[in-house]
Amino acid sequence: MIQISNVSKRYSIHQVLKQCNMTIEKGKIVGLIGENGCGKTTLLKVLAGILRPNHGRIDGIHENDRSRFISYSPDNSYFYPYFTIEALMDFYQDVYEDFDRDRAESLLHFFELEKKQKIRHLSKGQAGRVKILITIARRAPLLMLDEPLAGLDPMVKQKIIKSLIQFIDLEQQTLLMTTHELMEVEPLLDDVVVMKHGTIIEQSSVESIRENDMVSLQQWLENTY
Amino acid sequence: MPLHFQSDKPIYLQIVDTMIHEIVRGRRFPGDKLPSVREYAVEVGVNPNTMQRVYRELDARQITKTKRGQGTFVTDDEETIQQLREQLKQRYIDSFLTDMTGLGFTIEEIISSIDKEKGGTSDDSNQ
Repeated sequence: MIQISNVSKRYSIHQVLKQCNMTIEKGKIVGLIGENGCGKTTLLKVLAGILRPNHGRIDGIHENDRSRFISYSPDNSYFYPYFTIEALMDFYQDVYEDFDRDRAESLLHFFELEKKQKIRHLSKGQAGRVKILITIARRAPLLMLDEPLAGLDPMVKQKIIKSLIQFIDLEQQTLLMTTHELMEVEPLLDDVVVMKHGTIIEQSSVESIRENDMVSLQQWLENTY
Repeated sequence: MPLHFQSDKPIYLQIVDTMIHEIVRGRRFPGDKLPSVREYAVEVGVNPNTMQRVYRELDARQITKTKRGQGTFVTDDEETIQQLREQLKQRYIDSFLTDMTGLGFTIEEIISSIDKEKGGTSDDSNQ
């Protein structure tokens, strides 16, 4: 279990995270949702160890080097454009002990990607799939995906969702993802965490929303916000 | 094929219902082996934790039986399956009657329409 307690982050005078509290249970798929600019990406960066919070603490990550514990896919592109997909996989295999080459090869096949293709020549949909491949091929305890479905067509979205179900080992791994595609991810999520104006306003299990409030995730979010 | 879910009911219960339908319709036979939790989760497009809950629920209602190390099987108890059929029938009739009486039809009107409907189809088949 990962516990985030009273985490705050300020950029000069801008308070981007205010007293954030949340719990990520092991083996769950957790969705971090909320309007643009509410602090989702900043919270992921704080978790990933890329940003240092001004206040608060994070418990449950038992590594000094967070990148050993967390496999993180930011929402921007970050691969060398002159790499082929194969070179990219080799690179990750060299850098991360937990990179599972077999899983990566299966994902390559599942996503119908060509090893020899260069990153710079990939379409948006292909680039999106490569990011997922590289991130979830690692056997890291925590996987974090920032907007994995943004701007992709419905077929690619479904393919990515299927890959998350098929290839992530929830006995050993936990997934935290940000998204706006509530309809698509609803069957995928165990828990949902809602952010607004830099803080966490709600955390709930998705099935209990359906059971108790009898509404869809989208409707519930509108009621909560 | 991914299922479409209603938004006002837990997904795991909707999958349990789908499974019951498949058994009653004879798409799954008594003693049939079900896919593994993960396989079925991928097929339906839901979280494996949700599917785990489906299998627990099916076992708890004795619709399936999970044998350690072998997998999960549809019950071969005829009585249980007959019960499922009856329950399903009752549920559809209840919901039909609620809708129809809600629209203002009397039970007599409904029955006479069903008789006519039945008569109509058998007349057609006789010709």
